Amino acid sequence: MMADMNMIKALNSALEVQLEKDPNIVIFGEDVGFFGGVFRVTDGLQKKFGEHRVFDSPLAEGGIAAIAMGMGLNGLRPVAEIQFADYIFPAYDQIVNEIAKVRHRSGGEFTAPLTFRTPAGGGIKGGHHHSQSPEAQFTHTPGLKVVYCSTPYNAKGLLTAAIECNDPVIFFEPKRCYRGPFYGDPHNVPTWSNHPDAEVPEGHFVVPLEEARVVREGEACTVIAWGTMVHVCEQAIKDSGVDCELIDLQTLVPWDRDTVVNSIKKTGRCVIVHEAPKTSGFGAEMSASIQERCFYHLEAPITRVTGWDTPFPHTTEWDYLPSPERIAAAIKKTQEE
Amino acid sequence: MTERVTATTTPYTIGRPPFRPGDEADFGGKFKEQPGDLNRPDPLSCSAQDTVDHAVGLVRVLDDNGIASGEWDPNLDAETLIQGLEYMMRLRIFDDRMIKMQRTGKLSFYMRSFGEEAIAIAQTMALETQDWIFPSYRQPGAQFVRGRDMVSMICHCIGNTEDNVKGRQMPVHYTWKEGRFISISSPVGTQFSQAVGVAMASAYKGDDEVCISWLGDGTSAQGDYHYALNFASTFKPPVILNVVNNQWAISTHANLATGGRTFAERGLAYDIPSIRVDGNDFLALYSVTKWARDRGAAGLGATHIEVYTYRAGAHSSSDDPSAYRPNNEFECWPGGDPIQRLKEHLIKNEMWDEERDAALAQKIDDEVMTSYKAACEFGDLASGPYPPASTIFTEVYETVPWHVQEQREELGK
Repeated sequence: MMADMNMIKALNSALEVQLEKDPNIVIFGEDVGFFGGVFRVTDGLQKKFGEHRVFDSPLAEGGIAAIAMGMGLNGLRPVAEIQFADYIFPAYDQIVNEIAKVRHRSGGEFTAPLTFRTPAGGGIKGGHHHSQSPEAQFTHTPGLKVVYCSTPYNAKGLLTAAIECNDPVIFFEPKRCYRGPFYGDPHNVPTWSNHPDAEVPEGHFVVPLEEARVVREGEACTVIAWGTMVHVCEQAIKDSGVDCELIDLQTLVPWDRDTVVNSIKKTGRCVIVHEAPKTSGFGAEMSASIQERCFYHLEAPITRVTGWDTPFPHTTEWDYLPSPERIAAAIKKTQEE
Repeated sequence: MTERVTATTTPYTIGRPPFRPGDEADFGGKFKEQPGDLNRPDPLSCSAQDTVDHAVGLVRVLDDNGIASGEWDPNLDAETLIQGLEYMMRLRIFDDRMIKMQRTGKLSFYMRSFGEEAIAIAQTMALETQDWIFPSYRQPGAQFVRGRDMVSMICHCIGNTEDNVKGRQMPVHYTWKEGRFISISSPVGTQFSQAVGVAMASAYKGDDEVCISWLGDGTSAQGDYHYALNFASTFKPPVILNVVNNQWAISTHANLATGGRTFAERGLAYDIPSIRVDGNDFLALYSVTKWARDRGAAGLGATHIEVYTYRAGAHSSSDDPSAYRPNNEFECWPGGDPIQRLKEHLIKNEMWDEERDAALAQKIDDEVMTSYKAACEFGDLASGPYPPASTIFTEVYETVPWHVQEQREELGK
């Protein structure tokens, strides 16, 4: 059975199916219990599954991470919410030094299967601390899988795969796209209704980790993006008039080598787009890896269109986020070589 | 204190709020703690042990009928009290105007201090002007006491061309160096341990400065709260560390933030004198804060204060409390309204009357409207103008490095 879902409903559905399927799943975080989360992703789950499986935690991200690890070590499969990705840094020590390394450090004797869901990215007038997209801080940490959904369909499928994965997963949700895709125009924001990717199976299904999604096939240039930027790139490709192949990476670590490499061998050109700052962003990793694998197929320099190397602003956020105009210009430039 | 409510202890205990939507909120009538219950220890010889009763009980000065009594009565003159009332009224009227602006799209977001106006105002009035302020979300009122221009505050909230932080931060994240008022931070609690560092610097330099900081009952779960208490316990710098227990952290009740003891009692374990105070009692707040400042200034170290109050409004303009607590809970809570309580006290003592009160409210309302219009002259969120996009790139570093300069040129604005 398929249903029309926005991203919030799709995530909620993934959690509901998992809670029904596996008694070892527990969900907790700030405001996720009775209230159902500040973005309502866990709405109704406490009522259905009880206060011991879906509960509010004290406001302490470092505590949430450590508690989740402890539960994971002892046979549970926690799905914890960090209310905003910007709030994840008190948990950074637990995630980077403990959770990511426990399998390796214990010679494989201990593992902590757990998922941290966290809303990320800009476009909601959230200023410095409700807008950041800190995926690169986690892709640089061996032991973690890093996932970034972009549509209701892949939100549910990827979250299901993340929860069922025996490695710890950092799962980023583009909050700008919770209620609709975002094409870069803040004055014209559609909902998910009638979008093909809002047709989501009601039951259990998986979008496998480590597989990218080809959103649009093309011959002239490969555009790689994740999260909100997938939709902004769709618009930019239309505006550019260039026959681009658009790849939604979906899983950043480990990323889908074959889909990316085969596409660039075909197009010979590549633009990588993300909203996080440029320096040491995940685009740098993609660019270096593509160059190593596809150098003799490249017809133009690999280009990155990213957020600036500055804190995320409040009033001027549309000048910060990669716009369709900036992306289209970069795409067109690859065609000049 | 009210009894802690929990769910079944199998498999583990879950803290619950006393009431949920649909419940009849009933706090059992009045506070049982009364003014005069607790002595006022000598600030210059007081140990943590001397404050055990103060950490469990509740320091009050104003009773339920607006009568002041007990050792903690600061005996303030009429002028100071009326000034305090005016600041509180100004904050409430200001907040109401700002939330209207938010509703009409002129601000992106707002947070009111509704029901908690006495805290920042009485406590800041009890300090000296050189003292540092490290606020949480509901202490912007301190800026009124320090004399910040209202137009400047509104310009910040809009993020327009006159915003002193150049449109970089969300509304209510005020920064004001002249008033020694540092910006609130959304990843909550970070200011608490920074405040201890500020106080250590004051002690190092031998300056007569005290630093005050606040965080919420919910935020007291963060590591930064415990770092602050431990460093303050160890180094004994002049710092006043307040937990504002307004009982609600968005939808999370204080029963999820503590296993049962009062927040004030935590300070005792760190060997810091700790006091629980009626947060809607202007006089008690003033008095306890003055006492804490005297200790800090005398080189006796930190004071830990639990300010017991109630978050009368929503957490923010993005929140709807009717989803998780009864709508009339604030009216049933025995702490009352801090503005009404001080007003009643003044009227009882023939320092004030309804006529003057109405005239003052009108004067403030006019002032807020005038300031609001003046601020909008510099741009509003809906229609601008905004700070230039070039402000994205400046003040990231002391000077703009080449890679940031290149990006600025790429944006071309």
